[in-house]
Amino acid sequence: MAERRVKVESEVGLHARPAALFVEAAAKAAGEATVAKGDGAPVSAKSILAVMGLDVRNGDEIVVRVEGDGAEEVLDRLAEIAGAG
Amino acid sequence: MADTLKGVGVSPGVGYGPALRLARSVPEPPEAGHSGDAEAEAARAAEAMELTARELTERGARAGGQAQEVLSAQALMANDPSLADDVARRVREGADAARAVSDAMAVYREMLASAGEYMAARVTDLDDVRDRIVARLLGVPVPGIPESETPFVLVARDLAPADTATLDPAKVLAFVTREGGPTSHSAILARSLGLPAVVAGPGADEIADGAMLLVDGSSGEVAADPDPAEADRALARDAARRAAAEQSSGPGRTADGHPVPLLANIGGPKDLPAAVDNGAEGVGLYRTEFLFLDRGDAPSHEEQVAAYRAALEAFGPGAKVVVRTLDAGADKPLAFLPPPGEEPNPALGERGLRMMHRHPEMLSSQLAALAEAARGAPAELSVMAPMVTDAEDAEWFAARAAEAGIERAGIMIEVPAAALRARHLARDAAFFSIGTNDLTQYTCAADREVGGLGRFQDSWQPGVLELVATTARAAEAAGRPCGVCGEAAADPLLACVLVGMGVTTLSMGATALPMVRAALARATREQCRGAAEAALEARGPAEARAAARTALPGLAELGL
Repeated sequence: MAERRVKVESEVGLHARPAALFVEAAAKAAGEATVAKGDGAPVSAKSILAVMGLDVRNGDEIVVRVEGDGAEEVLDRLAEIAGAG
Repeated sequence: MADTLKGVGVSPGVGYGPALRLARSVPEPPEAGHSGDAEAEAARAAEAMELTARELTERGARAGGQAQEVLSAQALMANDPSLADDVARRVREGADAARAVSDAMAVYREMLASAGEYMAARVTDLDDVRDRIVARLLGVPVPGIPESETPFVLVARDLAPADTATLDPAKVLAFVTREGGPTSHSAILARSLGLPAVVAGPGADEIADGAMLLVDGSSGEVAADPDPAEADRALARDAARRAAAEQSSGPGRTADGHPVPLLANIGGPKDLPAAVDNGAEGVGLYRTEFLFLDRGDAPSHEEQVAAYRAALEAFGPGAKVVVRTLDAGADKPLAFLPPPGEEPNPALGERGLRMMHRHPEMLSSQLAALAEAARGAPAELSVMAPMVTDAEDAEWFAARAAEAGIERAGIMIEVPAAALRARHLARDAAFFSIGTNDLTQYTCAADREVGGLGRFQDSWQPGVLELVATTARAAEAAGRPCGVCGEAAADPLLACVLVGMGVTTLSMGATALPMVRAALARATREQCRGAAEAALEARGPAEARAAARTALPGLAELGL
């Protein structure tokens, strides 16, 4: 399992286009992929409804976990999307 | 054998094509569980979600741009794995597929809605996705303007202003609605798009999706599955009629040369190109409140001057440009001019000039901007006040305009009290402009926004015709011009009747101008007078229309 803490730099947080990109990237994970806001409860990173429901805003910190083959690559991409300004 | 339904024709022209219905909402899914095969029911739900996602993706690819982003996000919602798990669980517990989807999405909806107003648009997107999946499972149409690759006749209970945003005029051949009248939103929308329309057709509910409809927006007849040869003949007649309208050009005049200036109704500079293209001779109604509907603060002096000057420079020297001062309140609230309190009946509340009595500085600043815009401009500026009720109102407004240095200050005639005593109001008003939409609403005591009152939302109602004639007579006696700037002016048959009553100018949405010009060119002033007399004698709207048609034989050539 790979895990990373990322500060969300996207102006609209994990909403709108960044949320869609994030979920599409997470769907590529072979195993489970989750995201949590700070130390909150993790939700599936492959679910746009769950991700939007977290209501992650610009400046929030998120914890992303990915399992399975190629987890690091998926994580890199997810961190990139969340960290993009 | 063709079935024919009869409604009120409110936008002339002929449309022929398959009927598609606009559904407003999806029925509530059944509470009763499925019949027992949970596996099959879950597969049915999964398939509906998958197909909906695919459809949204395809529509996005066709739309491109920002619409594609929204549609792609919606496709992700329809395909959401967590949602799918939740739906499958609910089905295993006994719920029917549609119910399971609806309930599972309600959980997420709650979550998004509680995330604050930022998410409101996403909640709307989510509701749309739910409606699409549930409609598919129930086998009913998806709410909203139907999506179709081929053009169709739109059948609806009624249309709302918001429907304009999603309606593709290239795909819609005509409207047929069960409710509404000539001043309803459906009718106004149809005329602004130049689409044939029949409203108040009680049989519209029985029209089957896909039935071929032949819609005549003049006679109000809608034939279902007509003889295709008959449909072709009707379309050919309509094409000839449109050609005749397009050939009409130059200033408005009757067949015997009596001039009737044809002017455009505009809501801002963006409407000017269409006005010029359709041969408007000026502006008969500049609805200035439309410049300011979406903003929180009052517009600056410079902004106002620029917006007014655009209209004053769009036409030749000496053209008429009539600007109505802010008509805020009722169905057009302005954030920076809130009503003094909760009004139980805003249409009868502090709107129009009444609001300006409360905010005289707002009126003065608007008049000052108008006076500056008119300085050195080629067109001739007139200003007019909305919602004038009595002589005191007219006098007050004329004084405010004079203070600002504006000579030509007139009044709208929309309130029956003002129409009845127009002879007194003429002392202070340089001209009248009859707003037939509100005059009809107030004369028949029928709210324009209420769908079920279509029969009364009709300027051919005898009481309305009587008040228009009274106003025109008073204007003539006082030597004042009297225009009409409501939807009545856009009805080519009624336009001739109005001229017969003594109305001196007609102002309308730009797309209606060519047909009204063509109609006037086919009627002499004497025939218009005869039509006015006949219409005023009629007991009801249908009889008035029929009598006017008989008195104006030249209009038959236009299919009116």
